Amino acid sequence: MLITILLEAFELGLIYSVLALGVFLSFRTLNTPDLTVDGSIVTGAAISAVVCTAAAQMPPSAQVLMSVLGLILAFVFGMGAGAITALLNTKLKIQPLLAGILVMLGIYSINLRIQGKANINLTNTTTIYGAVEEKMGDFKWSSIVLGIIIVAVIILLLYGFLKTRKGFALRATGDNEEMVRAAGISSDNMKLLGLSVSNGLVGLAGGMLAQYQGYSDVGMGTGMVVIGLASVIIGEVIFGTGSLMRRLIAVALGAVLYRMIIGVALYLGMPPTDLKLVSAVIVTIALAMGMMGGGLSVMKKRSKAGEKNA
Amino acid sequence: MLKIENLTKIFGQGTVNEMKALDNISFHGEPGDFITIIGSNGAGKSTLMNSIAGVFPVDGGSIFLEDRDISRMPEHKRARRIGRVFQDPLKGTAYDMTIEENLSIAYNKTRKRGLQPGISKGDREVFREKLRLLEMGLEDRLKEKVRLLSGGQRQALTLFMAVISKPRLLLLDEHTAALDPAAAKKVLELTDRFAEDSRMCTMMITHNMKAALEHGNRTILMKGGRIAMDIKGKEREEMTVERLIEEFEIDNDRMLL
Repeated sequence: MLITILLEAFELGLIYSVLALGVFLSFRTLNTPDLTVDGSIVTGAAISAVVCTAAAQMPPSAQVLMSVLGLILAFVFGMGAGAITALLNTKLKIQPLLAGILVMLGIYSINLRIQGKANINLTNTTTIYGAVEEKMGDFKWSSIVLGIIIVAVIILLLYGFLKTRKGFALRATGDNEEMVRAAGISSDNMKLLGLSVSNGLVGLAGGMLAQYQGYSDVGMGTGMVVIGLASVIIGEVIFGTGSLMRRLIAVALGAVLYRMIIGVALYLGMPPTDLKLVSAVIVTIALAMGMMGGGLSVMKKRSKAGEKNA
Repeated sequence: MLKIENLTKIFGQGTVNEMKALDNISFHGEPGDFITIIGSNGAGKSTLMNSIAGVFPVDGGSIFLEDRDISRMPEHKRARRIGRVFQDPLKGTAYDMTIEENLSIAYNKTRKRGLQPGISKGDREVFREKLRLLEMGLEDRLKEKVRLLSGGQRQALTLFMAVISKPRLLLLDEHTAALDPAAAKKVLELTDRFAEDSRMCTMMITHNMKAALEHGNRTILMKGGRIAMDIKGKEREEMTVERLIEEFEIDNDRMLL
């Protein structure tokens, strides 16, 4: 059934929305494509899986709390990964791309250490998704409700933050570092803050993903940064970038749309082994579209401004 | 106010390309001073300004601003008391943010940057009122993105952002060179007005010798990393572009324009 496939894609897409919002922060706000994502998402998944497993012998209510704790720690550990990338970049003057690659590589070993083995199975463990489904009377699509709530809260928090004095400083850092320093702001600190929060969100997405799909695997991070970029660009091109709020919602929806495209492609008989190639092609198309779409929207605005002046 | 002592900056030290950009420079700037700086390419004008702003470390000497040694202070900390405008109008503003957001970033230079709302109602009133002084209609376009402004409007906005937090020192590095004549004239007028602040010292690099003598109250000519001439008062009033060329063997067409 196509409708089931779309709903499942929606479910999964909401988790990727969190990833996309994290990538948005580094890619758009700080203007750096951050490859740490491929590693930090696994760190989040690993820590959340380990915490859930550790709760196996506890009373049921404690297990639910532990699954939430798993998500919080996923955010915190993700932030740590982002902070290391930022410090490599700002203190040791390593190029941002290279700093991300180094952390992505090194963190693989750390993820293995956190898990203690290559993968952790959570099928018989209490997860936040299982707990919410039970609470809602075994409602089949309860994870959509949970996903929407989490994404909405994150969007509101991000929006609020980006409209504060500190948020202004962060946004300007991606626009114009020279101007930021001339305005008395340490651009290094802003990069540290931005990359930390960005990877915190990515880690949270990893933690949610592990609990949703019922396992965590050290290899699951490959290509996540591409999925994140694709979501950001697809969202912006299709849903627009008018105001900051609209842009954040667009990015979140972009992730959902991306999962739906993949879901439909699989439904139409695409072999799952081709998934990575298709992802790469979609991102290429989206990047090309982004270029044209961006040009168009700027032109539209210019002409509008012209009319106003006339 | 601004005290520069034996400032030296050498680029590529120890290599074949070694170049002494600043050679033991000393001078004082007083509050209310408006110093124009001229000199041909490679004379060290921009190096001097960047050294004061802290873009790169110096190789010798010290810089005092209001009796505080800022020679070792990182760029962003010095910036709290220094306003800057660059030659490139694109460098002074964040293009993807609105006019009021840009103003807020500049306005909060000396205030704490925490999780307060970026722009309060009071801030917006201040911005609107002060932008009116620019006479460019920007006060009605607070929520428009800066990338929609022309070069002249952007540079005027940057200049305004540089002084809105009441700095002690204003550094202008050929800030009108990239503008068309009308916009350049407007920005220079604004510069004159802002430089009247009696508690601030203004330094302006220009390639235009005529402008250098017409604006401000003191003119410095740099040559080979040294100060070749430093005039004010009567001596400056009697100085003409022709005499400058004669006395300092200036052979730069661009400076004659």
